[in-house]
Amino acid sequence: MRVNPLMYDVNRIRADFPILSRKVYGKPLVYLDNAATTQKPRQVIQALVDYYEGYNSNVHRGVHALSQEATDQYEAARTKVARFIGAEHPEEVVWTRNASESLNLVAYSWAQDNVREGDEIVVTPYEHHSNLVPWQKVARDKGAKLRVMPMSDDDQTLDMSRVDEFITPRTRLLAVVHMSNGIGIINPVKELAAKARKVGATVLIDATQSAPHLPVDVKDLDCDFLTLSGHKMLGPTGIGALYGRREVLERMEPFMRGGEMVLEVWYDRATWNDLPMKFEAGTPNIADAIGFGAAIDYLNEIGMENVRAHEVELSAYALEAFKELEEDIDIFGPRDPQQRGGIISFHSEIAHPHDLGTFLDRDGIAVRTGHHCTMPLMRQLGVVATARASCYIYNTREEIDKLVDSVKRALRYFSDGAR
Amino acid sequence: MALGNLDEIYRDDVILDHRRNPRNPDRPDHVDFTADGVNPFCGDEIHLQFKLNEERRIAEVGFQGEGCSINQATGSMLSEAVKGLTLPEVKDLSSRFHEMMQGPDPTDDQLSNLGELSVLVKVREFPVRIKCALLAWSALDDGIDAAER
Repeated sequence: MRVNPLMYDVNRIRADFPILSRKVYGKPLVYLDNAATTQKPRQVIQALVDYYEGYNSNVHRGVHALSQEATDQYEAARTKVARFIGAEHPEEVVWTRNASESLNLVAYSWAQDNVREGDEIVVTPYEHHSNLVPWQKVARDKGAKLRVMPMSDDDQTLDMSRVDEFITPRTRLLAVVHMSNGIGIINPVKELAAKARKVGATVLIDATQSAPHLPVDVKDLDCDFLTLSGHKMLGPTGIGALYGRREVLERMEPFMRGGEMVLEVWYDRATWNDLPMKFEAGTPNIADAIGFGAAIDYLNEIGMENVRAHEVELSAYALEAFKELEEDIDIFGPRDPQQRGGIISFHSEIAHPHDLGTFLDRDGIAVRTGHHCTMPLMRQLGVVATARASCYIYNTREEIDKLVDSVKRALRYFSDGAR
Repeated sequence: MALGNLDEIYRDDVILDHRRNPRNPDRPDHVDFTADGVNPFCGDEIHLQFKLNEERRIAEVGFQGEGCSINQATGSMLSEAVKGLTLPEVKDLSSRFHEMMQGPDPTDDQLSNLGELSVLVKVREFPVRIKCALLAWSALDDGIDAAER
């Protein structure tokens, strides 16, 4: 598969995803739950099969051929991830199970030694529970303060006019989500990071939702930490990554202790292995790391600029298509597709999101309904839950048409009698 | 289109009626025990308050909540179904309700013993929504356990 940037061929991309040809309740699957997890192309599935059928072996300590092949592929995948996010050194990429583990690694290893009483940890209103709950614990344990920046009333974007009240010399850590998984807003993370740098704060960017959908460069963003999740970017579940600036990672204590992460061990003490192994105790998730690498290859073939352009185009189309329903549904976030990802999160007084979701499901359309692991954000928006349609590289205008048509019929159905 | 299936839960007269006119929305003047449930996956909430009489039977119920049609209709139906029952009788009713929703296909006898609640058996056709119908009953079980401790 090669994609000409001028001719984004969505049908050729779709042909790489076996699942997209299946039916649900006799209808073609319309998969719009990509913010929860993405589908996998043949190339990723094949990479897993190749490993298990061809060179399944443990990494790093083996002297035999299989172990060498496995180690090479496993480390090559790390290099792919590092290049994908613009990291200078592969050892700045630490494998984790998922973005939650990446964030907890920072909360346990870095924050335990670097956050002190009276320090402040600053977050945005859009944080996934994973980038909020660990900081609640750090703040409680350390006597630090967790501060949430305000959002503007009109379009729910971050209220940048008040940022300087929050990012101050007391700020020890700025931990911000790049793209909101709940409502799709893109935060101005580069500007926030620059402000945090000026006051000497450490910067963590939760790129779990953004890196799959737009170009992300750790040098350009000037961050200390950045999180990724494989399964949200065409890769397998169970593999994620933490980027950490080398100087920062080197000064940190290990997260988990055990095999692989040590250099020398005595009965009463041990010394730590070099980066990144210091943070990778135990046999790693070899197959899925290699699968993650195959996913990165696939995205690079398309080009992240093209991925982004496709989703901006789809979002603009969807926002326009939803206009005819604007009396009955509220869509959260700005109307400018450049300021958001391909996520349409909406709420209607006519039908509860679950009832809507069940109706759409019967039309073969997969959306997510609920709080999207952003309960405080939902509370601030004044809803318990939303219905969320989230796009990716393989979604089409025709699928957006089906979504809007199904929502329209659902609203008619539920306003006729369900209330 | 499987709209016929959707109709089974969304066009059922009893479910619709409870959804449109939830019963017992007010808190009783005296509350002997409460039952509160939150579904952590979706954020739906159920709040129930119970007042007992001298015979330790449920005399009054209050029901408030936020959630989907099935969840809210079930809470309203529960608030009616438990009136006049002792706590052991409520627990028995709850276990029979759980059995209807999650056990083997219920018999006609099982269904008729559950009265109005039996209409909710149709939710079985929507497996991911069964939890919506169980939230209120699971909260009630927990509330009784806590009250008896």
